[in-house]
Amino acid sequence: MSATNIDDPRVIEFDVRTDEMIINMGPQHPSTHGVLRLALRTDGEIVSDLEPHIGYLHRCAEKIGENLTARQFVPYTDRMDYLAAMNMNLGWALTIEKLLDHDVPEKGRHLRVLICEMNRIASHLVAMGTYGLDLGAFSPFLYAFRERERILDLFEKTCGARLTYSYIAPGGATADLPVGWTAECSKFINQFKKVIPEFHTLLTTNAIFIARTTGVGILSPRMAIDYGCTGPVLRGSGVYHDLRFHGEERYTELYDGYEFDVICADSETGKYPSSHQEVYKDGLEYPDVPSDAILGDCWHRFYVRMLEVVQSVRLVEQSIVKYDACSGSHGEPIKLTQKLPVGEAYLETEAPRGQMGFYVVSDGQSNPWRVRARSSCFSNLYVTAPLCRGVLLADVPAVVGSLDVVMGEIDR
Amino acid sequence: MAEFFNEYIFGDGPWSWLGYVIAALIACILIIHVVAVGAMGFIWLERKVAGRIQDRLGPTRVGGKFGWLQTLADGIKLIAKEDLTPDVADRFLFKIAPYVAFAASFSAFIALPFADGVVANHVNTAVFFVLAVLGLEVFGVILAGYGSGSKWSLFGAMREAAQVVSYEVPLGMCVVVPVFLCGTMNLTTIGNMQEGFITNWLVFNDPFTFVIAIVYFTCATASVNRAPFDLAEAESELVAGFHTEYSGLRWSLFFMAEYGSMFLVSGLAVILFFGGSNGPIPVGDWLANLLGGVEGSIGANLPSLGAITVGVIGVANFIFKGAIGVTVMIWIRWTFPRLRIDQVMAMCLKYCVPIAAFCFVGAVGWEVLDLPTPNNLDEKSRYEYHEKWSQEYLKTQRESVPTENDTHVQQAVPAEAIVTTVAVSQSDLDVNGGKQ
Amino acid sequence: MSEIALVTQLKDKFGDGIVTVELAAIDAWVEVTASALIDVCEFLRDVEDYHYDMCNCITAIDYLHTDPKKAEKVDWAPHIELVYHLSSIATKKTLVIKVKIPRWKDEAAQQLPEIPSVAGVWTTAIWHEREVYDLSGVNFIGHPELKRILCPDDWEGYPLRKDYEMPLEYHGMRGR
Repeated sequence: MSATNIDDPRVIEFDVRTDEMIINMGPQHPSTHGVLRLALRTDGEIVSDLEPHIGYLHRCAEKIGENLTARQFVPYTDRMDYLAAMNMNLGWALTIEKLLDHDVPEKGRHLRVLICEMNRIASHLVAMGTYGLDLGAFSPFLYAFRERERILDLFEKTCGARLTYSYIAPGGATADLPVGWTAECSKFINQFKKVIPEFHTLLTTNAIFIARTTGVGILSPRMAIDYGCTGPVLRGSGVYHDLRFHGEERYTELYDGYEFDVICADSETGKYPSSHQEVYKDGLEYPDVPSDAILGDCWHRFYVRMLEVVQSVRLVEQSIVKYDACSGSHGEPIKLTQKLPVGEAYLETEAPRGQMGFYVVSDGQSNPWRVRARSSCFSNLYVTAPLCRGVLLADVPAVVGSLDVVMGEIDR
Repeated sequence: MAEFFNEYIFGDGPWSWLGYVIAALIACILIIHVVAVGAMGFIWLERKVAGRIQDRLGPTRVGGKFGWLQTLADGIKLIAKEDLTPDVADRFLFKIAPYVAFAASFSAFIALPFADGVVANHVNTAVFFVLAVLGLEVFGVILAGYGSGSKWSLFGAMREAAQVVSYEVPLGMCVVVPVFLCGTMNLTTIGNMQEGFITNWLVFNDPFTFVIAIVYFTCATASVNRAPFDLAEAESELVAGFHTEYSGLRWSLFFMAEYGSMFLVSGLAVILFFGGSNGPIPVGDWLANLLGGVEGSIGANLPSLGAITVGVIGVANFIFKGAIGVTVMIWIRWTFPRLRIDQVMAMCLKYCVPIAAFCFVGAVGWEVLDLPTPNNLDEKSRYEYHEKWSQEYLKTQRESVPTENDTHVQQAVPAEAIVTTVAVSQSDLDVNGGKQ
Repeated sequence: MSEIALVTQLKDKFGDGIVTVELAAIDAWVEVTASALIDVCEFLRDVEDYHYDMCNCITAIDYLHTDPKKAEKVDWAPHIELVYHLSSIATKKTLVIKVKIPRWKDEAAQQLPEIPSVAGVWTTAIWHEREVYDLSGVNFIGHPELKRILCPDDWEGYPLRKDYEMPLEYHGMRGR
């Protein structure tokens, strides 16, 4: 690893070589997205090396899982990626159902899609708001949270909680949606669609934001795959991979019959799918990729999230229609002391931050023998180290923010 | 004011110095009030504007429905806080840094005229003085950053030093244009020469000056460390940059220094480009004429009612326009993200300096080629507008013949602060012969 | 299943390195020996039509019953099983590789069991193997920087092992 990359056009050349300085960013820091310690070795403003230290939020969820039944473990999955708790619940529920070979009725499947895509919108709003905050734009944060508050109010009506829901349980969901919920959800979606261009004006097309994020932290597709990056980080580098299309059948059957795009820049044209622009015939313009942006940089990862919000809006609209047309059970959760058959099952779902996997090994008791959570951000975070070598200090929060890490998921 | 004391209380003898000291103290106290109360007002304004931009209300509880007294309450809370100094800090530098920053910000107000004649000290080279003193604020920041003993504070301080010092260059270039157009560095005179209708304002003089005004505002935002140039205190990277380790009263001094400087550069922009204390329509003059003219005096040594009216309206005008400038800075802060240090430097060296230089040449060329301007600056001589307050006052003392005014002027003016002014105007009178 | 073709290739190439193949399980797996692990992984990463270029997860499962009555009822001896979940971005296929290793290299000296590290095959394994070392106590030979990742650097013991007991105190804080 080089101390200073003189050929980098963004480097300010030094006449006087100074001693390198080792500083800690975190664990208490306004922009490290949780308790993360980044040990930086800097030469003036240029970061020559970076090492992430994690474990400050380790709560031994995997050991605890060996002492609890499958349903009792659901609240622990909430607290992993607490910003997308419904998706965590879904991952665990699907894994247990895979082990039990238990199918959820159709209404329950549409309910799961509806709830998880709403949570994806909420999670991406947080990601976008806090990314702006990292770069010094204070207002988009509040706009994003204003919209998120409305989503959280809707979730409070379903299960009583705003952040850690424990709603999607193995077998279905703990309760059906209240009467009138889908109408309120439609109202929210219709209002939210009009607000999305505000975020594009404030961030995506803002000249200063583009200057801060384009060309920074460029992740090549090979490196992304090698480092195990998934989710928007992988798709921002141009790799066409989304588990909602390409994953296991038990997961992709949830999305059977839904129309939506995988947000990934086309490898030849570099353009993003724009079928949503035909769907939204209300004239909303979605900004083009700026000329400075290189595939795999922070801007692309951010833009993938922005467009995924639009796809999630589409999915929510479709799932509301399908859910309302269904009758029957939403899926009763399994018994509290349900014995799990001997065997093991691993299933990955497309959580907002990447591919979240749960691995359950059972020896026939109601408590699993081993529980393992494969965190998407765990692998995403590791790529910070090679990405941040040779950048300026101010680029470190830009890169970490674009990877959108949540420490609860990394440390479990 | 000093002459007032001297004439009535202390006389011209050995105690006359006391008159000056008391006058200076009163001027200082007034300026501190301007800075402190102004800071209080601007912090309230910032919180309200920021709230509205972010779709919320801002302070609404303390002091009525609009939270007028919120800043006062915060100030009282800050004073009551524990006075901490980090172990590894350099104690002396750590303690003195906020005072240095505040002193620099506050001292520049000494030469800033709020209206014609309403200024703490009549400095003839006011532009130079204000720019020079404003640049001293960076000392406070560097001392704070180094003295805190924290690497993050040091980072903030070094960034600030680089940034402020670099932006002095385009700032100076922008400021030179109105100085050139008016032919004087005296801020009072520059303000006076823009009296009349809005077309007289220097910003509308020619397109190059218009661009220069915008560039000035950008460089001014950079030199007071406001977003998008606020890397020195960048919250998301450096926790709080150079003032991370400060709390309580020391921190509030930094805060006051920042808002004081914001108002100062905004006020400087107002005087240089946007008419000073003159409004878009000369309401002050009309009112003064209604009230019997600006000349004359009510009682000994006090200006006339008309002059007082002009003064009050001028001050109100100036503060209002300065506040608009501050509001624009607040507006920009809460809208845009922050620039990186290399982008800040690139902006200064690759954009601000060349544009300022080009527009400077353009503005000079406009004048030299005598191209049309919407104002009547060419017909005015700056001497007519030079420190009008003193000339009005002098007129009340004057006999008829202009040429005898040389000696007469010297006798009639007791305060020494005007001596330099008089000396200059005297030599100019000689050159031009028979002026007024 | 398409995996059958792959399994035939593996058996042809590595012979004894492949211990068992279980295609009927919920997630089909292939068990390999520790010594053949790196070769098998490199082959799987590069093989045509499969290209398992992403290592999703590395898990260590501690098979040990601390209660001797339960230990009598099972048919396995105490061991640690390492499970590698692989997937292919290019071909969208998944596979599971398992390796069984003893629980201790030398129990008396508390020396950890060893297994070659696949960090050279997939870079993401660097952090996954650190986590396995930290929580389950497996020594990965050839790992560039094997140190604890989730527990503090001076922690003693390997928490996810079945016979682990929380220390009584850690830096003055009560453990149990």
